[in-house]
Amino acid sequence: MSENVAIIGTGHSKFGTRKDVNVAELCWESIKPAFESAGVEPKDIDYFVVGTAGMWSSEAAVPALIAEYAGLEPKGSMRAEAACATGSAAIRVGYTTIKSELADLVLVLGVEKMQESPSSTVIELIGRFGSYFWEFENFGLTFPGYYAMYGTAYMIKYGATEEDFAKVAVKNHYYGAKNPYAQFQREITVETVLKSPYIAWPFKLYDCSPITDGSACVILASEEKVKELGVEEKVWILGQGTGTGTANLSKRKDFTSLPSVVHAAEIAYKIAGIDKDDPVKYLDGADVHDCFTAAEIIAYEDLNFCRRGEGMKLVREEQTYIGGRIPVNIDGGLKAKGHPIGATGVSQAIEAYKQLLQKAEPGRQADIVKGRWLAHNVGGTGHYAYVTVYGLEKR
Amino acid sequence: MEQKKSIEEFGFPLVVDEKSGALQWLDVRELNIRYTISIENIKPFYEGLRQGKLLTTRCKKCNELYFPPQKDCYKCFSSDMEWIELKREGTLETLTVIFVRPPSFSMYDPYTVAVAKLDDGPKILAWLKGDPRKIRPGQRVRVEIGRRKEGYMMYELVPLG
Ligand SMILES: [Zn+2]
Repeated sequence: MSENVAIIGTGHSKFGTRKDVNVAELCWESIKPAFESAGVEPKDIDYFVVGTAGMWSSEAAVPALIAEYAGLEPKGSMRAEAACATGSAAIRVGYTTIKSELADLVLVLGVEKMQESPSSTVIELIGRFGSYFWEFENFGLTFPGYYAMYGTAYMIKYGATEEDFAKVAVKNHYYGAKNPYAQFQREITVETVLKSPYIAWPFKLYDCSPITDGSACVILASEEKVKELGVEEKVWILGQGTGTGTANLSKRKDFTSLPSVVHAAEIAYKIAGIDKDDPVKYLDGADVHDCFTAAEIIAYEDLNFCRRGEGMKLVREEQTYIGGRIPVNIDGGLKAKGHPIGATGVSQAIEAYKQLLQKAEPGRQADIVKGRWLAHNVGGTGHYAYVTVYGLEKR
Repeated sequence: MEQKKSIEEFGFPLVVDEKSGALQWLDVRELNIRYTISIENIKPFYEGLRQGKLLTTRCKKCNELYFPPQKDCYKCFSSDMEWIELKREGTLETLTVIFVRPPSFSMYDPYTVAVAKLDDGPKILAWLKGDPRKIRPGQRVRVEIGRRKEGYMMYELVPLG
């Protein structure tokens, strides 16, 4: 377990409604630039992983699909799934494969083509990411509904308002407008959010991340491979922590924190050499899982960017914009960039790579001083948690 | 319908996406999924509901209480469980109102899903009856057995006082 792992190439498709391509073509949109930026070819890859939750799209065997379409046959592969943290789970497989010295070069692809099914079908399927039998079958919880119960509890406990939640969406749209890969490249106001129809009270349409088609791809390399290839532009995986939560929400201790995230963050901070009592001191920014606006506020607290109950203050004081205490989701987040389930975690890794190497588009480049970026990717409602720290300098 | 028309017109099940103008193949195959789920080991739970009772399992060896009921105790590895009745009162912890429903719940008006902590300890997630706007933090609730539109019995939360 001594091998360091780096991201040496990245590729990102345009996120959004992608009726213009099929699943394989959408994959290639991110695979091709990943190969080009890494300076490697399909034949160089030792192993590949595809993160895709599937169900809503026609092709289930995506690893085989891209083995054929991207010339990766007969290399080994697997499909990884961890609900909305699927992309990070795929990175996990690539990272651990290299760390255990079973491969030197791994391609990690995250893809989802959710709009191959009507949105009603997606709502039906995505509501099943918790306890199917006890909480969906008889009570019809939807994905916004799960998180809305956290939003409600947070409002009751700390006095947050729907307006506080709305401000998260406003920030993420502000940066989404500057990201050419984002699904929604337009700014919105607090009023836009507050006037939008309720989806699951207290969440309205603009509190929710959209249904998205998209793919994202990274190429991971061992330290030895980095040296051999003479790669100059790279970002290291400094540490990753993982966590799992109970299937039933009724088994949760409270509804203002996700213990799986707290657990994952503690591990990630420890491995990355970050003081868990003051992680902000070590980070230039973060991408957190804002599937719903309140989830971003809870993420600040679970990651210890601030004390309990103070997440909404960070939002009110605009401390998570560039120039604030810690910039968060300055790629638009899931909210404005879009949330193609399997691609999201990989897209977060790409954002870490772009930010740290100062390749972000004008108006959304953070100051890189500390050389570290955090990605927080949650599956279901804290059913899965992945916290990953990326850095310019290896440990 | 759309599919049949396009097959007659083009010879293939094609449709042009309205927004992008991109040509789509309308899948000819349809899949309906309906699971068959074993409740063999929690039968008394349903017998209890029929009698208006909320039953659950407790480990005879270590006394751990499980709700929803389960067959096995992970604390002491025993599967020797007893069925006990839970007092059907508790305090509301959180709620949401589901406006955009899954298609399989389309026959219902927007419904309130809530979590209550029962006085006996476990939490329960269920639909909450009544006007959610009248609910206040710390609201006391009672678990009652209602009938669903589909005709079957299911537990629900009813505000007290
Ligand atoms: Zn026991």
